[in-house]
Amino acid sequence: MTSTTVPTTTVQVYRVHIRATPEAIWEAIISPEWTKRYGYNTPSEYELRAGGAYRSLPSEEMVAHGMPADSAVVDGEVIEVDPPRRLVQTWRMLFTPELVAEGFTRLTYEIEPEMGGVTALTITHDVTGAPITAESISAPASGAGGGWSVILSDLKTLLETGEPLYR
Amino acid sequence: MQDDDTVFHALADASRRELLDRLYARDGQTLRELTAGLDMSRQAVSKHLGVLEAADLVVTRRSGREKLHFLNPVPIRLIHDRWIDKYTEHRIAALMDLKSELEEKRP
Repeated sequence: MTSTTVPTTTVQVYRVHIRATPEAIWEAIISPEWTKRYGYNTPSEYELRAGGAYRSLPSEEMVAHGMPADSAVVDGEVIEVDPPRRLVQTWRMLFTPELVAEGFTRLTYEIEPEMGGVTALTITHDVTGAPITAESISAPASGAGGGWSVILSDLKTLLETGEPLYR
Repeated sequence: MQDDDTVFHALADASRRELLDRLYARDGQTLRELTAGLDMSRQAVSKHLGVLEAADLVVTRRSGREKLHFLNPVPIRLIHDRWIDKYTEHRIAALMDLKSELEEKRP
């Protein structure tokens, strides 16, 4: 322990390098056609302007388990858009009343091209005051998906091979 | 650019694994905080952090004048998905084959 004040961990950072263009990665984040193919398979809908709405709809599997197809499972608001390099938004999971009660967190996507056709994708997720959300995105209970690590691993495989990792 | 070699190399060192454990216990620390209480010079810690960063196991973010170090679990997930899943799946598939083979041979 140090003598300085220990701040509560409120930010989580995830980075993956993908052999793909920034444009391809951008499209894979913002389009429903791509987002339904990896991670939680929840198609995302973005109004790509500051103040625009964001929501992710249930996956086919979630609908098969009884979720209404037109009711969002994650929602938020777009704060900053700079395609294909930077997207800042608020982000709130709607799966349980406890998650809804935690309110909006802040999510930043940064896309940086590097040498050799490789692009770094970094997700910075500020989960201040949202401990259940923080656990869900980092180390969710088995069967609950796997958080950003699993989503990014799946996205990398999808973009590099054309096939998703897990299904 | 991280690849399997740089990740395995970065993990093959007890000091670097200790730094990862410290970040796991408390994420977003400065170099000074990470060096405190360790039997290592600031320069040595800084060098280890550089190796971890090259392997994507650590990602740094600026916060005002400070550089904060964050544990990035994605490379470990990639190794899991690339290697561990493959071998466990293979074993399960082999057992399933054995099971059906034995069952077919039943009188």
